Amino acid sequence: MTDSGENLETASHPENLRRVAIDPVSRVEGHGKVTLLLDENDHVHQARLHIVEFRGFEKFVQGRPYWEAPVMVQRLCGICPVSHHIAASKATDMIVGAKITPTAEKVRRLMHYGQILQSHALHFFHLSAPDLLFGFDSDVAKRNIVGVAAAYPEIAKQGVLLRKYGQEVIRITAGKRIHGTGSVPGGVNKHVSIEERDYLLRDIGQMIDWSRGAVGMARQLFEKNLDLYNNFARFDTHTLSMVRGDGALDLYHGGLRARDMNGNALFDHFDYQRYWDVIFEDVKPWSYMKFPFLRALGPEAGWYRVGPLTRVTQCDFIPTPLAEEQRREFLAFCGGRAAGATLGAHWARMIEMLHAAEVIQALLHDPDLQGNDLVSKGERQERGVGVIEAPRGTLIHHYKVDENDQIVRCNLIVSTTHNNQAMNEAIRQVVKKYINGRKLTEGLLNHIEVAIRAFDPCLSCATHALGKMPLQVELLDASLARIDLLSRAADGTFCSV
Amino acid sequence: MNDKKKLRLATTSLAGCFGCHMSFLDIDERLFPLLDLIEFDRTPLTDIKHCGPCDIGLIEGGICNAENVHVLREFRKNCKILIAIGACAVTGGLPAQRNHLDLGSCLTEVYLTEPGLAHGHIPNDPELPLPLDKVHPLHEVVKIDYFIPGCPPSGDAIWKFFTDLIAGKTPQLGHGLIQYD
Repeated sequence: MTDSGENLETASHPENLRRVAIDPVSRVEGHGKVTLLLDENDHVHQARLHIVEFRGFEKFVQGRPYWEAPVMVQRLCGICPVSHHIAASKATDMIVGAKITPTAEKVRRLMHYGQILQSHALHFFHLSAPDLLFGFDSDVAKRNIVGVAAAYPEIAKQGVLLRKYGQEVIRITAGKRIHGTGSVPGGVNKHVSIEERDYLLRDIGQMIDWSRGAVGMARQLFEKNLDLYNNFARFDTHTLSMVRGDGALDLYHGGLRARDMNGNALFDHFDYQRYWDVIFEDVKPWSYMKFPFLRALGPEAGWYRVGPLTRVTQCDFIPTPLAEEQRREFLAFCGGRAAGATLGAHWARMIEMLHAAEVIQALLHDPDLQGNDLVSKGERQERGVGVIEAPRGTLIHHYKVDENDQIVRCNLIVSTTHNNQAMNEAIRQVVKKYINGRKLTEGLLNHIEVAIRAFDPCLSCATHALGKMPLQVELLDASLARIDLLSRAADGTFCSV
Repeated sequence: MNDKKKLRLATTSLAGCFGCHMSFLDIDERLFPLLDLIEFDRTPLTDIKHCGPCDIGLIEGGICNAENVHVLREFRKNCKILIAIGACAVTGGLPAQRNHLDLGSCLTEVYLTEPGLAHGHIPNDPELPLPLDKVHPLHEVVKIDYFIPGCPPSGDAIWKFFTDLIAGKTPQLGHGLIQYD
């Protein structure tokens, strides 16, 4: 009866099937659509999440001076510009040979955790709460933040003010709430004054309280509907995140950790300056977003999941007390099955939001924020890789510059791209369980979007980025004859061969 | 509280980054009194997939593919007032940096890169809208009633613009609210 034996990526006989599209996927950032191909009995034979735009930041950043990268490339994304601002700064730190000062690192960390707070609040309260509070197939007219504000005004208010607080942290550290300029190659261009610190300190206690409340709310949603939350769009796969040297959750700096679907280590504390030794990408004709995979396992078996759910389940501990307590409760509650519970991402995201609020509080009490030693540099390098854990997962920026300081190559692997296959797998799980063989309704189709939203995808980021660092670039003329072949040497530099 | 008197607002992002939408949310708690005056049609915050008849349309981002053109025309047809918000909508913005490059060679370089080319191909499924060879600002395709520059314009600027417009005045962004970054 069902196609559960098929993987639903490609229908074997698409010619007589009916097409249904969810276009655009809403309450996510960026441009995506889902297409289904169904037969006359409403059985689904193909389900795909398409990323439908092509932009080309990695291409047109070539020729620009490297110091423009942190302000230019952040315009990939208006929700998490700080991610790109800081990842590009970390990469260009390498190019200027800087070991950044404590003040610079702490100001950047404050900016980044401010962003985690605002982005997670936005996702939970503004974008996903309508599904979670009203039901996946509830009235489409009310299934939005306006409906939440009418039915749960206190929750909506807290969401708006949590986001506002995070945006204010960003404004103070970056100069501007969206597309700021505070982080530069080798450091930052301003510190945090006493007045600014005191302004932020005024409300941080409230933010921590509300974040605790939000974790409690995510937990209650789970408890009330345990079977749904445990099993909706569930699949087990490999996972990737960055962790601190001692295994702690650290969203600003660390090494790469990957595990298989049973939780066994694939690699750990891997130096991201050579990320291409462990991550490759695949291309499929039906999406502009590439499909990364763990190199050792190959494109079919090597895809993986990134983001809050992965980070919270595969770090050894969270280095702030309230969030660590919640992490333990989350893992205990899920009985070792948390990593595959797609909707568990909401719970994990709120634990991270609480962690971010705690980190902000601790940083605000650190006198290094008022330091004046802002920028440093050392021996100039021709290439640099910067990696952070963005709100949605691991983010990789890679630049190579020439002797004129112009960027000659740029590679970006953004968080959402890492989750490409995982999101496709999630929608196929939903199709098999909820859609197959049933009359399609708006509410049923929204189940597919609920699965996508759990990943908090940033499709705008993903459409701007062009793909992976190639091993070889073959340049073909119109008759497909090769006119140039560019190869990457073992040290990551490029040469024509 | 009378729904009939609310102005209906549709918003979308075309070739943009959603930063202008985020700046719209940067009106912060002023969102709640605004919701007494307006209601949302299609926006990234609702699950309405197509723009219906509206009083105000707000569009960020320029035009980079065929689908952007269709959505823009749907907005123009349905919105009494159409606003281009942010640098990309007004000028094409940063995505228009690709305008001096050849799109074909851009795609070739990006997607024909896998070792051995076993999987290297340019995505060409009919589900993918055709990219345009250049990124265009909105006013090159439809009539635009208002332009709000900035990357992005601030939440305060957007608040001033909307409160003026809703009050029936010509929106005026004075010193400190207009920016061209």
